[in-house]
Amino acid sequence: MNSRLLFTAFWTIVIKEIRRFTRIWVQTLLPPAITMTLYFIIFGNLIGSRIGDMEGFGYMEYIAPGLIMMSVITNSYGNVVSSFFGTKFQRNIEELLVAPVPNWVILAGYVTGGAARGLGVGIIVTILSLFFTQLQISHLWITLSTVILTAIVFSLGGFINAVYANSFDDISIVPTFVLTPLTYLGGVFYSISLLPGFWQGVSQLNPILYMVNSFRYGILGVSDINIGFAFAMIAVFILLLGAYAMHLLNTGKGIRS
Amino acid sequence: MTPALKIEGLRKTYQNGFEALKGISLDVQEGDFFALLGPNGAGKSTTLGIVSSLVNKTSGQVSVFGYDLDSQKALAKMQLGVVPQEFNFNAFERVQDIVVTQAGYYGIGRKTALQRSEKYLKKLGLWEKRDVPARMLSGGMKRRLMIARALVHEPRLLILDEPTAGVDIELRRSMWSFLRELNAKGTTIILTTHYLEEAESLCRNIAIIDQGNIVENTSIKSLLQRLNTETFILDLSDDLVELPSLPGYSVRQVDTHTLEIDVEKEKGLNPVFLQLSRQGIEVRSMRNKANRLEELFVSLVEKSLVKEDVA
Repeated sequence: MNSRLLFTAFWTIVIKEIRRFTRIWVQTLLPPAITMTLYFIIFGNLIGSRIGDMEGFGYMEYIAPGLIMMSVITNSYGNVVSSFFGTKFQRNIEELLVAPVPNWVILAGYVTGGAARGLGVGIIVTILSLFFTQLQISHLWITLSTVILTAIVFSLGGFINAVYANSFDDISIVPTFVLTPLTYLGGVFYSISLLPGFWQGVSQLNPILYMVNSFRYGILGVSDINIGFAFAMIAVFILLLGAYAMHLLNTGKGIRS
Repeated sequence: MTPALKIEGLRKTYQNGFEALKGISLDVQEGDFFALLGPNGAGKSTTLGIVSSLVNKTSGQVSVFGYDLDSQKALAKMQLGVVPQEFNFNAFERVQDIVVTQAGYYGIGRKTALQRSEKYLKKLGLWEKRDVPARMLSGGMKRRLMIARALVHEPRLLILDEPTAGVDIELRRSMWSFLRELNAKGTTIILTTHYLEEAESLCRNIAIIDQGNIVENTSIKSLLQRLNTETFILDLSDDLVELPSLPGYSVRQVDTHTLEIDVEKEKGLNPVFLQLSRQGIEVRSMRNKANRLEELFVSLVEKSLVKEDVA
């Protein structure tokens, strides 16, 4: 296929994905808006007012980037895992497998679709946060590149989960038992400088810490970790997960008998 | 001439050790209407699955219009349209979106995709349903949707895996006529079916696969010529008093006014009517006991089972 045909195939997957999550917006776009509003009200307004400043910022202002990132992470992951598993479950993955679409285009299409939902929800949550606090972006390109790369990382993660999933239970295990704890412990609600030294070290094993802090640095200009290192970590995750997802597609794991 | 489909030494062993294909070879010529028959579990769907890139082969070669499925995958896939046995579209998507999306996977731009989707949805009687979610369609409509989807990139080879399963007779006939028209316009068609009448009516050539081996690969005409004896059922005007005497024919009485007669090809039916008439027996109507191809199919598959037992 030439590059024009490849782009058409890629764009078809992306549009199909966007059409899917916008068609069921009550399940995909509304819940994170409600949940994040509750976070802002409870943690930001009610509890946050008693916590005081963190790293020189009001608590609401401090947690806003983390909450935006949390919604990007869960929605990017959730979109790809549910969409690709649904495609396998209904067997309409066969529509793609019989067509001359290279595996990397399939992966790029689903990942872009997942990132589109993650970023879409991120924008919704950002708009909502403006009702509770003021956000002034300190480093625009760091903010944008972090959020886009993070959406890609978790879309890839969702894709791998979907390839291995054999039932609807399998697509909720990782978000519930891995993603949620890592997100909560990834510095969304606190600075790791508050933790004892040992737990600061443990926290640095959490990949979400780098993404949340990098994003927070982009917006507020403060971070618990080195931004260059954070970007390197995100890039490594993209390369590793991308290579593994391609390996799964090339071997037909879970999709070809 | 380059065959539309060339299969050489194709083998498939599933992870559980089941050997679904034992090195089959098959050529389907361009423009053919070809039937791939076999009992359940014979290897038909595995063969078509490998050709459609839905199943990984263990070994062997497949090429579509000369394009190797391993080394020229995209070109081979471009030539091929597949209508699977089971519904495999997103039931929540609109009918036209399903067809247009499939066109996009083949690199067809949206404008052309919309035109082609209209053309094929109209041809298959689904245009009025274009905005309906696919789950709202009847079984027959869902099958036609899969045909429209498989045709949207205008493939040179169309593979249909039991396209008329569960479809009523009227619709089946209209699908046959559509497929004949498509074949007449140059599309090579391969179909699997359990309705042997369908294969006999539509196809020119046939392969019978059983237990992972091709047990027959010839034209339907030459296959039917091998049939030496046919059984006819005669419906009589009056009740029989006794079994009529028909020397040279094997006759059985089914009930008081029905006879079953085995007729060898070279003897023909005229002597039967002559002798019955002489005995004052009037025949009201007559029909074949079984589909001719069905008889051959059963005998070929039985032979293959015997060979397997001996081996």
